[in-house]
Formats: sequence, structure tokens, C-alpha cells
Amino acid sequence: MTKQSDQAGKSQRVIPGFGLSMGITLFMLSGIILIPLASVLVYSFQLSPREFFNLITKTNVVNAFKTSLLCSLFAAFVNSVFGLILAWVLVRYEFPGKRIMDGLIELPFALPTAVAGITLSKLYSDTGGMGRFLGLFGIKAAYTKTGLTIALIFIGIPFVVRSIQPVLETLDPRYEEAAAILGAGKFHTFRKVILPELGPALLTGFGLAFARGVGEYGSVIYISGNNARNQTQVVSYVIMQKLNYVDYPGATAIALVMLFLSFLVLLFVNVIQVHQAKRTSCL
Amino acid sequence: MYIEMKNIEKSYGDFKASKEVNFGLKKGTLAALLGPSGSGKTTILRMIAGFETPDSGDIVIDQKRVNDLPAAERGIGFVFQNYALFRYMTVYENISFGLEVKKVHKKLIKERVMELLSLTGLEGLEKRYPNQLSGGQRQRVAFARALAPSPGLLLLDEPFAAIDAKVRQELRSWLKEMIHKVGITSIFVTHDQDEAVEVADEIIVTNQGRIEQIASPFEIYKNPATPFVAEFIGQSVRMNGYHKLKGFEKGNFLGAIIRPEFVEAFKSDNLKFQDVMGCSEEGIIEDISFRGNYLEVRLNVKGVSLTTHRSLERRPVTIGEKMHVIVYRIYAYDDEKAYLLENSLLNGVNVVTF
Amino acid sequence: MKIKGKWFLIGISGLFLFFMLVLPLISVIVNSLKEGMGFYFQSLASPTVKSAFGVTVLAAAIAVIVNTIFGIAAAWLITKFSFKGKQILSAVIDIPFSISPVIAGLAFLMTFGRMGWAGGLIARFNETFGTNIQIVFAIPGVVLATVFVTFPFVSREIIPVLLSIGKEEEEAAALMGADGFTIFRKITFPHIRWALLYGVILCTARALGEFGAVHALSKTRGETFTLPLEIDALYLSNSSESITSAFAVSSILVLMAVAVLIIRNVAEHQAKKNEAKQ
Repeated sequence: MTKQSDQAGKSQRVIPGFGLSMGITLFMLSGIILIPLASVLVYSFQLSPREFFNLITKTNVVNAFKTSLLCSLFAAFVNSVFGLILAWVLVRYEFPGKRIMDGLIELPFALPTAVAGITLSKLYSDTGGMGRFLGLFGIKAAYTKTGLTIALIFIGIPFVVRSIQPVLETLDPRYEEAAAILGAGKFHTFRKVILPELGPALLTGFGLAFARGVGEYGSVIYISGNNARNQTQVVSYVIMQKLNYVDYPGATAIALVMLFLSFLVLLFVNVIQVHQAKRTSCL
Repeated sequence: MYIEMKNIEKSYGDFKASKEVNFGLKKGTLAALLGPSGSGKTTILRMIAGFETPDSGDIVIDQKRVNDLPAAERGIGFVFQNYALFRYMTVYENISFGLEVKKVHKKLIKERVMELLSLTGLEGLEKRYPNQLSGGQRQRVAFARALAPSPGLLLLDEPFAAIDAKVRQELRSWLKEMIHKVGITSIFVTHDQDEAVEVADEIIVTNQGRIEQIASPFEIYKNPATPFVAEFIGQSVRMNGYHKLKGFEKGNFLGAIIRPEFVEAFKSDNLKFQDVMGCSEEGIIEDISFRGNYLEVRLNVKGVSLTTHRSLERRPVTIGEKMHVIVYRIYAYDDEKAYLLENSLLNGVNVVTF
Repeated sequence: MKIKGKWFLIGISGLFLFFMLVLPLISVIVNSLKEGMGFYFQSLASPTVKSAFGVTVLAAAIAVIVNTIFGIAAAWLITKFSFKGKQILSAVIDIPFSISPVIAGLAFLMTFGRMGWAGGLIARFNETFGTNIQIVFAIPGVVLATVFVTFPFVSREIIPVLLSIGKEEEEAAALMGADGFTIFRKITFPHIRWALLYGVILCTARALGEFGAVHALSKTRGETFTLPLEIDALYLSNSSESITSAFAVSSILVLMAVAVLIIRNVAEHQAKKNEAKQ
């Protein structure tokens, strides 16, 4: 397939507009995305490896990475569980209010992160509704990693649901019926028949939610409190802080590590998708 | 010759899609490009249309080399496999589109569209959208749309693939009739030999990027030129041990191909075959399958497995029954060619066949 | 048993959505009205909010225009042609989805700021021609950052639609001699109008709400601040009144977000209806 598409480049293009669309695409892509990002790379390469290493191993930087990665991982995990349930409910059941529920899933995409940030921060603060409620159980959410994770769950949920939904829609219910007829229990059917089918989509959603979480800024900085001692600073916050102190080498070094991380996640998601495409084409 | 392909070569990377493709069609011919999938038939069609460019060789339409001419200027009408009707346009708009982009006068467009609507029997449907049409009607619209700018050559990519088996039969004869009525030189791609045989005046058989044979359906059927054609056409099967059968000799052949209609099996008390009883040999029925309007009977003759069709009107047979078997002819082949071998014992004998 | 399971799962989903999504939404509205309707409108009418509103709308409008042009061009390129490096190109378009907006801000600082190579060029240009072009910490920087973070929105909405309809209709039209513009207007556009609309709306929503990238490139309240930055400034000034103002401004953005969701729902519904057409 790839061979064919590579070669087709030589063939005559019947549909017009190749040059024009290629020109516009490359011009804008370079101007807006590639050149600015390249500037970051170029600047960071001016640092000696030693400087670079020193910059990214400072305690607060390492702590920020730990916090961002761990909280995002946990949030992505929670989202995978609830995302799976939500997707299942939205695809398999009919009930009143379903369309509203379906539309609501995308709220975190549409709501500005700063708004989400201050709202969650207020809601989970000691005087806020949820804060007081959780306080009854001795849980303190605002200005802790708990709060930070709640914010990451908020922004990550649509990624998981929207990754799983289309796959679940195309999954033939007859599979499950077949398994049920063979005498498989409900849980067994789910684990052995449905979960393997949804696996790649679930991992994709997990990866996307995780990536978004690691880079998140607006929705977490208010609820987290950004306290270095409590280790509630996230990576994006540290970069912003360094920018404010005009510490460009520090900001760039951290950004480079972040870029590398998100590249890894993207690669991971892409590999899953290619793998999935191969599998489904075999069916 | 209206359209000619001269020494066309085309490859995609290591894959040779066309090798030494040479053929020509007279004006008004309705030709079928027939071959299994991956045999290069669609590549040929797409090269003629201008969707692909050959690596070397010439494509000549109406005495003009068109290799470097853009698709739109080749004077071609193209019917796509799924018709590619413009989903957001009505039947009328679909048919008139090609004329509109050529800036033809509105009144002339209307006349032409009306003419085509009546030709294709689509009157009254001009305001419908493609999704409101049946499969057959869509094909008619695609056909009318391709014909609207009065092209010199009509290309059809698997024109029956998107249609239910039931309606397909009807549409085949409709399309054949239409194309002959319009008199346009046409080439259609198909992998279905019945379709090619029924619709086309000429069949171009392709295999592995090469052209195996170009001839009328009758010729292709009667005198396959290559082992591939012999095996591809009809319900042909390769067989070994053909020389064990009475009336055939080994010769310098690699093997043979046989079709059910080349084999006759009859009971020993069948008077109609008295004359040739001597040429027959004994076979035992191994298997019988019911095929709707006939029986397919497999016999074992001296260890050679032969298949024949038996009319339901004839006396019933049973598995294990001993029959007399005559093989009229076979296609023997060597590396390159297929040869028709007649049963030497039957020379000059008057044979009754069913 | 089956019925019980169904309502159990729906219940869990409903509770999760209520606590995670609906409650915050309600809380914005409640908080914004804490000091009464008069204060609410007074908050919205303050000069800094008005200025921020103007900047935000400007940035969003430019982002929508740029990204619509780019989105259509990129979608056309990716779905209608085969060429080497297509996979890479399509991955590069998605970069803004996967990196932190703060890094986007940083990238423009490193390009157009004092440290950046283009910053030097611009400074020299200003010296020679006596102009005063500024990118970072000025409106152009805000616009660039907004364009960056919203970059893939339009193309990502259109590409799947174009992929699913194939390119045969366009091929057929091209074969009849139609030019590119006619093909796009008459054949392609009707297929993608809902996706395009949704992409534009999503792009607008994201542009109006962008925070991290703009935060790095905009430092003057009342001049280059956008609404989210204004909300940030109000919230952090920490008097209970200004916090209420912050929520008042937020409520505008919440209404917008809800409108986006509704339009999305309608657009998706329409798209599905069209899909059912064939």
C-alpha cells in the first residue's frame, strides 16, 4: 500500500490544486509551527550537555516532572475506567437525556482552561461546596496533589470517551451474543471478548489524556497552589515561572524534555493506531 | 483504429502493473478488459483515462498521441466503479455538469440533458438526488453524465460491481444495447467472464500485467491462445494423465485443461451413443452435486478425475454407477500456448451430443 | 439482572458527569452572581475587561481566518493527493494538540523575543525604517500564540469527512474539465460544510479560551490581555469582589462553551443525516 502511494506521486494528478494546497500548507506550517519550535531546539542546543543536565536536575524541576507525570498517570487511569463506562453507556443504552450526556462529555474541550481552573479551585477550596464535603472525610483537595489530579481528570475525560466510542459503535453486538450463547458469563465476556477489541482505543485515549495532562497549565495552576515544598508545581508552571524570571536557558531545557516526552506519547499512540489498522484489516 | 496502446510499460516500485501492453480497437467497438484482480486491467483503463501515466509507450486516441494530454482534454467519458455521482446535485445537475464547465449555452445544455434522459429512460427523475435512486437508475445517470459532453471514448470501471445480482442481468443487456445505439467506442473493466462474454464485442484478457489474448468472446471461448486463457474461461480445470484417455497422445505438452462440456457420460443401454460405444471407456461415478438446473457428475476414469454436466431431463444416475465416458476434446498446453486436441478416435464419426 | 446492570452503569456515568462537569458549571454561575446582578454587569463593563474582550475577539477572528484557509488547504492536500511524506506532514499538523501551550508561548519568545533570531531582525528593521513593530508582549504575539494552539482544529474536522467520501466525485468532475475552484465549490464544499462549521466553532472556542500560550506572551493588563488573562488577574488579586468579577467574566466564556456544545450537537446530527443519504 505504501509502495503504491509513494509511486502514485509520479502519476498524473487529475484533481487540480496540488501545488497551491501544498504551498499554503507548507508555508503556514513552517511559519506557525515548525520555525518557532525549531527556535526552541536551536536555542537549547547552545547549552552544553552539562549545563542542560544541571538545569533539568534541579530539585524543583525534578519534583515538577514527578508531580506532572504521576498525577497525569493517575488521572488518565481514572479516566480510562470512567471513560470506558461512559462510552459503554452512551453506545449501548437508550435512556432519556442521553444526547445531553453525550454533548456534555466535550465540555472540557470547549471550556477555557482558566475558567475551569478557577472554578475547580473555588469549588474544592475549604469554603467551596466540594471542599467542605470532602473535608468531612478529612480529605483536603485544594492546594494538594488530590486537587491537581481532579483538575486533570476534568480535562482528560473526553479523550478517553471519544477514543472508545467509535470503536464500540462498530463492534458487533453479535460477538457478545455469540460469547453468551457459548455460556460465557457477563464479566468473562467483557474481559475476553470486548476488552481485547477495545484495548487499542483505550490505550490511545489513555495516551492522549496523559499527554494532555502532562502539558496542562490553565486548569491546574489555581487548584494546585504551586507550592514547591508540597511538590504541587507542575512542569508547565515551572517553565512559566522561569519565563517570568527571564531564565530562558532553564525554560528551554525543561521545554525540550517536555517536547521529547510528548513526542514519545505521540509515537506510542501512532504505533497503537497502525497496529489497530493492521488488525482490523485482517478481519 | 480509434484507440491504440503501443508498448505500454508501467510499474509501481518493483511491481510491474503493465508489461508490453499492445492493442487497438476499431471505432464503435465495445471491449471488455477481463482478468483476475491484480492482473493490470484497471491500470490500463486508468492510463487511457489519464489518471496514471505509463512509464513508456504511446497511448493514441483518434490518431493523436495523448500521453501528455491532461485527462480532461482527452475526450473521454468515464463511468466510475461506484458511479461517483455528485451526491449534492440532482440528476439533472449531474448530467449537465460536464457541459456547464465547458460553458455550453444554457438552452443547448437543456436540450442535451433532456435527450439523454429520454435515451436512458430517466425522464421524470431529473429533480431527484442520487440517494433517492435505485442502483440501476444510478448506473443510468452515471452513463448519461459520462455521455453528456459527447466524448469519443467511453471507459467504464467495473460498471456492474455495485449492483444486486438480480438486476445485474437486466442492466448488462441494457448497457450493451445503449452503447451500440450511441455507437461510441467503449472499454469496460470486469473480472466476471460471464459479463465480458455477454456484453463485449471484443475481450482483452489480462494476466500479470500482460495481455494474453484479444478476440471476440466466441474465439476466446473456442480457441484460447494461452494456457491462462484456457483455464480462466469457462469452468475449466487442469488435469493430469490426459494421455491415459482413449484418443489422446502425450505429445510434447506440459499438461491439459478440460471443461465439463467436453466430457460425455452415458449408460450402456443408451442407443443414441451406439456408434461411439467403441470409443468410450468405463468410468465410475464418484460424486454427484445438484446445481439447480443440472447435475455436476464427477467420474473416475482410469484414475483420472473427470467432471461433466448432466441434464435433469436425462435418466437419474447414482454414486458408484458404471458409465461409459467419452472425452471429445481437451486443451493441451506448453509453456506459451494452448492447443485444441480433438479425440482422434472420433474423427469422421457422427456424434450426437446433448 | 440485565436491566439492573444498565441502570447501575447509567447511574455511575450520571454521577461522574454531575460531579466532574456539571457542578463546576453551576458553581461558575453561582459565584458570578454572589454580589448581585448590578455588580455582575458592572464587572463586565470595567475598562480592562472591555479591552480584554476586544483583544480576544481580534485574536480569535484572525485565528479562525488563518486556520480555515490552512485547514481547507491541508485537508485538500492530504485527502486528494498521494505524495511522499504525507504521514509526517499529517503528524506535524497535530503537534499543537500534543504539546503544552506554555511551550508554544516559549517558542514564540525564542523566535521573536530579544533572545530570538527573528527578534534581532525585527529590531534592525525598526531601527532602519523608524517603525515600531513588536511581536512578543504585544498584540501580534497574542495572535500568533492563539493561531498556534488552534492550528489543527479545522483541518482535523474536515479530513475524516473527506477521507470517508473518497475522491471519485472530484476525479469525475476534473475529468469533465472543471477547474479546482469549481470542483471545491460545487462538489467538495457541500460535503464538508458541517464539519467546517464545527471546526470553525471549535477553533473559536479554543481561541477565546486560550490561556497558557498567551500568558507567556502578554504582560500588559488593559492592553494586550485576553479574557482568560483578565480572569486570571482578577482571581489572583484575591479580594472577594474581584474574585466575583473573575467569575462574572468566566460566565461569559461558559455560555460560549455551552453554545459550542449545542452547535456541535446540531452539526453532528446534520452530518449524520447527510451521511445517511448515501
